[in-house]
Amino acid sequence: MATDIRIDYYPTHEQQGIKFRRGHALPFGATMVPNGINFSIYSSEAIDCTLVLFERGEAEPFAEIRFPEEFRTGNVYSMIVFDLDYERLEYGYRMDGPFKPEEGHRFDKSIILSDPYAKAIGGRDSWLAKPNWDNIYPYRSRLVFEDFDWENDHPLETPIEDLVIYEMHVRGFTQHPSSNVKNPGTFAAIRSKVAYLKDLGINCVELMPIYEFDEWENSKENPVTGGLIVNFWGYSTVNFFSPKAGYAATGKFGMQVDELKTLVKELHKNGIEVMLDVVFNHTAEGDHRGHTISFRGIDNKTYYMLTPEGYYFNFSGTGNTLNCNNPVVRNMVLDCLRYWAADYHIDGFRFDLAAILGRDQNGAPLSNPPLLESLAYDPILAKCKLVAEAWDAGGLYQVGSFPAYGRWAEWNGKYRDSIRKFLKGDEGLVGEIAQCIQGWPDLYYYRGPTASINFIACHDGFTLYDLFAYNEKHNEANGENNNDGGNDNHSWNCGVEGETDDSYINQLRHKQIKNALSILMVSQGVPMILSGDEVGVTKSGNNNTYCHDNELNWLDWSLMEKNADIYRFAQHIMRFRRAHPVLRSRTHFQHKDYVGSGFADITFHGTQAWQPDFSPSSRCLAFMLDGAHAKSGTIRDDSIYVAMNSHWDALYYELPPLPAGQKWHLAVNTDMPTGEDIYEVGKEPRLEDQGRFLVGGRATVILVGK
Amino acid sequence: MKVTITDQEEITVVAVSGDIDSKTAPEFERNAKVAMDKSKNIAIDLTDVGFMSSAGLRVLLMVYRNIRSQEGKVVLVGVSEEIQDVMSTTGFINFFTIVEKPEDGVAFLKQD
Repeated sequence: MATDIRIDYYPTHEQQGIKFRRGHALPFGATMVPNGINFSIYSSEAIDCTLVLFERGEAEPFAEIRFPEEFRTGNVYSMIVFDLDYERLEYGYRMDGPFKPEEGHRFDKSIILSDPYAKAIGGRDSWLAKPNWDNIYPYRSRLVFEDFDWENDHPLETPIEDLVIYEMHVRGFTQHPSSNVKNPGTFAAIRSKVAYLKDLGINCVELMPIYEFDEWENSKENPVTGGLIVNFWGYSTVNFFSPKAGYAATGKFGMQVDELKTLVKELHKNGIEVMLDVVFNHTAEGDHRGHTISFRGIDNKTYYMLTPEGYYFNFSGTGNTLNCNNPVVRNMVLDCLRYWAADYHIDGFRFDLAAILGRDQNGAPLSNPPLLESLAYDPILAKCKLVAEAWDAGGLYQVGSFPAYGRWAEWNGKYRDSIRKFLKGDEGLVGEIAQCIQGWPDLYYYRGPTASINFIACHDGFTLYDLFAYNEKHNEANGENNNDGGNDNHSWNCGVEGETDDSYINQLRHKQIKNALSILMVSQGVPMILSGDEVGVTKSGNNNTYCHDNELNWLDWSLMEKNADIYRFAQHIMRFRRAHPVLRSRTHFQHKDYVGSGFADITFHGTQAWQPDFSPSSRCLAFMLDGAHAKSGTIRDDSIYVAMNSHWDALYYELPPLPAGQKWHLAVNTDMPTGEDIYEVGKEPRLEDQGRFLVGGRATVILVGK
Repeated sequence: MKVTITDQEEITVVAVSGDIDSKTAPEFERNAKVAMDKSKNIAIDLTDVGFMSSAGLRVLLMVYRNIRSQEGKVVLVGVSEEIQDVMSTTGFINFFTIVEKPEDGVAFLKQD
């Protein structure tokens, strides 16, 4: 056999009946090699390292092997151990070194540490299964089979301007009893809802954190309800390479990797991309009072930003800050994303509090952050979407100025705020709305409209429904006296705080949701909706539901019937966007006619055609996109006219004339009852009066010229 | 775990009893290879298998890939509901035809 002639097929050392030899320094982590497993781990300051081996689930290790000094290369310890059972093995490390927090060292060899490069973590195998708090090693590194049969799948590489992103939580999506699935709350359950996602019309799911985290972290009894407060959202990573076992129906068999890959494959088959919400700004180890899980016991000074006194800088608002621009940590982030792109076929990443990734090792913002640059130019990530949440909890706000290297897009928080204020009826917004619908050229002039990820609601803050049902946040159930969560919601309850039987108010709320969805889908850039907003989901006014494993976060599927009009509208407005390339430009409008059609690519109007009113008291704006300029004039589309009226009174809007032979047709009128509020693409009725249109109070009208 | 290989009308049947996990999977794999050397149409009878781990599922997929490369066919017989669930959740099931009884398996493999 060919493998027999390899020298490293044979052990050279033996301890406690375990055979081993010097290993390979790269790759880091635990890798299957002929006859054994190669272990490799970095620490710049440890003076000694021991590999600890467990049989799966056992309380005590079956072996502990100290790395002989000659097995260390530079700052990397590596060894090949023979005859281990890949599937039953759990491993960890003990690192010896100084415990001097004031100097940044927190070594403690009594603690068994998780491998930062482990590909799966055992110990939290089923969601909320009660942990054994006395476990000497609670988050156990495991190996996974990396032989998944992808058949012919690969990342979809959908042009970013064609995406409609659906932000969702793995468990929240199907955990509600009304979801009617076999394994609620899991990757597998999402797979059984792929038809729903496809039918809705989205083509990219953005999964809230799925890296292994611990829902028990900071868990406590809820003082208001008596229930349990947990880390539901999962913005607190235990390990960056491992999918959350508790999100897999097969987590208890250790098969979460296969289950997640199967979901990705199935979504891809249906034309739906998968984007991950990744949290590289901090870890689950918390501040100086937190638990030692991995990084802080392996190399605290490398992995974290520390104050001169040895405390943790806290730009994340969660206790610590990962030292992302340290070259070693930067490589770990790169290795991680490459692994997810190559091995899981992930299409893109949304970086939580990404402004942190641009800070130097002392926390100061860098003008040319090496990590962001590396990600932008990485060969393996070359076709992945990179999306920044371009701010952090340390006050760095970079919307419009995030170091993009021609690659990065941003969650456009300014878009969210402007649209919210406009819909509410605030004055002085018309100029900003013009920016919103153009993909905000003032912010992204050099980057194009696709740098702008447009959204009005996301997991953080009010749902779209609550935006029009609550003036104030109602976070009492979080147990923090309603002090948590943002206060700048720009919401309006339409007259009554919370639920009401008043049919006028309920109709107005539905109309406002339709207005929001309409403006979002006709804006240049990349629209994103929050899972459940398509059926008018409510969180009862709670704008920070991070800690609730209950109806506040579980999508109630019966809303599909209760709010059937919203669902129908959402579905059709997404189809409308998909049908019209003129809505999905890669480049900014030039405000001129460069194809000789007689019309500029975009023109602005008010209640009088050609005369937009940008004055502070105006609440009206209309615009027309010339179909001959679609995709920079390379294809022909219909012309589209959109009239937005945030005034409470109905107003006549004078329509701009179309070229001879073309007529205006009605696609959307949010002022009308369901059935007449939106028409199927191709079945829009022709307007009798081609000269003007009565746009209702707080309503949006979309016309198609053809 | 015990594996028996029998020939039924030009079809090779590999019958397994006991659990298939990382300890027993190598033996299952060896027997599967013996069976594949004999025939390119194989039925794997799992009626008496109560538990199959990730390693066991991988042997099944190895057999499938091997047989397919020889343009043969493979059928699984008597797979418990629990194992079918795991296979379905992790995507393995899409590769296989599953029938209830050995005679159904033989009949399936004899079709053109």
